[in-house]
Amino acid sequence: MTEYVLILVSTVLANNFVLVRFLGLCPFMGVSGKIEGAIGMSVATLFVLTLSSMSSYLLSAYVLTPLGLEYLSTLGFILVIAAVVQLTEMVMRKSSPLLYRILGIFLPLITTNCAVLGVALLNVQQQHDLLQSALYGFGAAAGFGVVLIAFAAMRERLARADVPIHFRGAPIGLITAGLMALAFMGFSGLARL
Amino acid sequence: MFTAVILFTVLGSLLGLGLGWAAQKFRVETDPVVDRIDALLPQTQCGQCDYPGCRPYAEAIASGEAPINQCPPGGEAGVRALADLLGLEPLPLNPDNGQEQPRRVAVIDESACIGCTLCIQACPVDAILGAAKRMHTVIEAECTGCDLCLPPCPVDCIAMVPRQSPWVWPQPGQNARLAASANVRTAQAGGG
Repeated sequence: MTEYVLILVSTVLANNFVLVRFLGLCPFMGVSGKIEGAIGMSVATLFVLTLSSMSSYLLSAYVLTPLGLEYLSTLGFILVIAAVVQLTEMVMRKSSPLLYRILGIFLPLITTNCAVLGVALLNVQQQHDLLQSALYGFGAAAGFGVVLIAFAAMRERLARADVPIHFRGAPIGLITAGLMALAFMGFSGLARL
Repeated sequence: MFTAVILFTVLGSLLGLGLGWAAQKFRVETDPVVDRIDALLPQTQCGQCDYPGCRPYAEAIASGEAPINQCPPGGEAGVRALADLLGLEPLPLNPDNGQEQPRRVAVIDESACIGCTLCIQACPVDAILGAAKRMHTVIEAECTGCDLCLPPCPVDCIAMVPRQSPWVWPQPGQNARLAASANVRTAQAGGG
């Protein structure tokens, strides 16, 4: 049990995917302009990352490792993740139009996100089992979501702030992200895996 | 190596087939009423109905947001057709949206055109040809006569003239019935 809690604490705070591992930076900068978009993106990421961690674990444990093809895991993971996300999108569109309206446009966006692939590869590297993989993906996405929403809230305020002209837009965003990363360094050592 | 090639071929084909099957199985039908309303609208994309185009207006009619009398290019005949389709009472055209007029086509006075491209940006059907600081001209067959190019022109060199040949612009994949009905409407409008 402690192990699972540790995985969560580690991925959400201590080894935050965005601010400590620097994965998934493009949606972090791209979708953080408005807080509604950030929330939609976070929920969709939560969904996709959990699902893709599990499917890539299954692929790796039952197909690639027995055949001795671990060196192709990157390729295989991309293939499986893309297919699973597509399928999810179709099923969701059919069965839950409301959920589709909230997450719809974000789902295909996340498919090729480096954080998604990073989580899948780190799961193999750290030899997680199925439950641990799912939890690792969930935690990574939760960490991504927390940071993304906090960042979006800050950027909404920054949009109204009196920023020096040369720093407006992306530069001040990147400086803010740097300061956030600095703050998240305070969590390092909280959990070690 | 061959294991890898075979594995990925099989994996890719399986996933592809699976997705193809799922796309069939989980297909979402769009509202057929919207399609039928859209088919009755004149497809001028002129925006006189206060919606960005014919399709958005069709969606608004289908969801009950908009009355059926906001389409001046469709005219009274269009309102009647919509009323028949939806089982509503025909309404007179709403004068706020404009008057019914015969089919027209935009003509650019080419000697006066300064090549500012503003009308190209305004055209909803890309019927104006030209480039910056080059003369522009209207592709007559594509022009829907929507008037949207008139306001942005800084030198007022665009005129709307009555269309000589009947205007038929069927949507891709649409049946001939609609083209025929457009013809009839054009003839009526031209005659009246």
